[in-house]
Amino acid sequence: MTTPAAPAMDARLRLPNDRLRAIEIAFWLVALAAFFVFPQHRVLGSQILITGLFALSLDLILGYAGIVSLGHAAFFGMGAYTAGVLAVKGWGEPLTGLVAAGIAGAIVGYATSFLVVRGGDLARLMVTLGIGLMLYEAANKAASVTGGVDGLSGVTMWKVLGLWSFDLGGRTACFYSLAVLFGLFVLMRRLVNSPLGLSLRGIREGGKRMPALGAPVARRLRTIFTVSAAVAGVAGALLAQTTQFVGIDTLGFPRSAELLVMLVLGGVGRLYGGLVGAALFILAQDWLAGLSPVYWQLGIGILLIVVVLFARGGVLGGLATLREHLLRKRP
Amino acid sequence: MVGNFAGVLFDGIAYGSLLFVISIGLSVTMGLMNFVNLAHGAFAMVGGYACVVLMSRAGVPFLATLPVAFVVAAAVGVVLERTLYVRLYKAPHLDQVMFSIGLVFMSVAAMTYFFGPSQQPVRLPDALRGQVQLLGVGLGAYRLFLIGVVAVITVALHLLMTRTRFGAQVRASVDNAIASAGLGINVNRVFGVTFALGSGLAGLGGGLGIDVLGLDPTFPLKYMVYFLLVVAIGGAGTIKGGLVAAMILGICDVAGKYYVPQVGSFIIYFLMVVLMILFPAGLYGRKL
Repeated sequence: MTTPAAPAMDARLRLPNDRLRAIEIAFWLVALAAFFVFPQHRVLGSQILITGLFALSLDLILGYAGIVSLGHAAFFGMGAYTAGVLAVKGWGEPLTGLVAAGIAGAIVGYATSFLVVRGGDLARLMVTLGIGLMLYEAANKAASVTGGVDGLSGVTMWKVLGLWSFDLGGRTACFYSLAVLFGLFVLMRRLVNSPLGLSLRGIREGGKRMPALGAPVARRLRTIFTVSAAVAGVAGALLAQTTQFVGIDTLGFPRSAELLVMLVLGGVGRLYGGLVGAALFILAQDWLAGLSPVYWQLGIGILLIVVVLFARGGVLGGLATLREHLLRKRP
Repeated sequence: MVGNFAGVLFDGIAYGSLLFVISIGLSVTMGLMNFVNLAHGAFAMVGGYACVVLMSRAGVPFLATLPVAFVVAAAVGVVLERTLYVRLYKAPHLDQVMFSIGLVFMSVAAMTYFFGPSQQPVRLPDALRGQVQLLGVGLGAYRLFLIGVVAVITVALHLLMTRTRFGAQVRASVDNAIASAGLGINVNRVFGVTFALGSGLAGLGGGLGIDVLGLDPTFPLKYMVYFLLVVAIGGAGTIKGGLVAAMILGICDVAGKYYVPQVGSFIIYFLMVVLMILFPAGLYGRKL
């Protein structure tokens, strides 16, 4: 922390700084500590990490570029099926599986991005929704490859880096997910603080003015959409590899909707929001759905309405407001 | 073969008319308030359950339950519009999407809690069962009835919008809400009444549709895409666009499922994406 900024300078006015701040390091240490403190919850833990990565990918387009998507599960499912089918066909190497899934996600994402950058919010919603539903139907009908509604089973993975095999307790799965999540997180954090990330924020805030500054709006949006789809694909592949199964629900609309929910719950446009939202969402789901699925659905509905009406910015947004409030009070 | 085709066309039109009744309210409110409301199907579900409850618990005949479905759904619509929706008219689209998804989840949970997760039965009056022979083609009596009801509603809506003072106020507000308010139109009240009317029509459609679409708590999720499609393809804020879009959808969906069942719902989603690319603002819409 050697930023030579004047002490009176508002934090928001500073140029973006790439270093992990102390609180961020603490965040990741807590995640690592949870791995050792709750050994019996590692399966749940890897669920949270994978969903967190997925939420992160949506945050790239929603939080930074302002593209509302109701079909992000399309890329997640694409990645999951790519990794799953690869493993079923006899190539169970995990890391190359992730890469292949990322590429598959990116290809579909790139093709979709041309449709998405046109039109307003409603058209974007409908196109993303439509692409998601189309892929779902395709996977449903191509049962010989994907297993249809029964899902794709028989996914056998090799050892990670030839050293650690996937175990029932989820030790490897959890650590592997954490490592992939952290690696991609650092990359994405760099990306959103780069000139590309800044111009995306500019497009989000004033799409009409950015072309006047010479920014190629459509190309920027296509770029970030493709990156986001690739990350979603990797998240899907992680799920396929760690659970050694691909269900058709990986492509379903509920997954896209829930993803939006957790991102909004955690806080849009701050990367960590997706992670916090995913953790809260899955823990709450684990607890409430254990009581009754009806309570869970009712609870999530109420939560959404409350967040939208009273707590714009989600958990992290609320904390940031609180912090600013406290800092201002202090002399 | 020709009779076959006529049958498919007829079923498609019946299906399309049902989609039209349910979605037209969504189209008008979306055009009027630019509000992305994914919860519209929930009002249709409320109407459907009102019908079922009256029929099975109070023994009211089917046709008599339909006006009640309209009134109940409209009442629910008014209450929600005045308490919740009104706060979000100026909010970003993302907030509106999240809010209405929340409403959908709540309605699904509530209906599961009260009525269980299973399909609800409907008993149609004898006169509406079976088939009617028309020009050598057997047509479902209920579907014929459906088309008739929707035709009447469409004409009534058209007259309401073009011939009455209220209709003129709605059209003016859709075109430019600020200027209309400046001319002394109570835009807020127009919003409220339109929303109630739209929810009521959705409720009526929900009741009419039990026999065709089925009724279970996941109804608003299952048909959300179809209702949104009618609006997106037709263009928000127009009755004509909604009608044309609903017919295209209904006929394509029925024909697709009949002639190429192995592709299933793929056709409808494909059509949707293609139409959205060709007409980003809908067939008859203005730019949103």
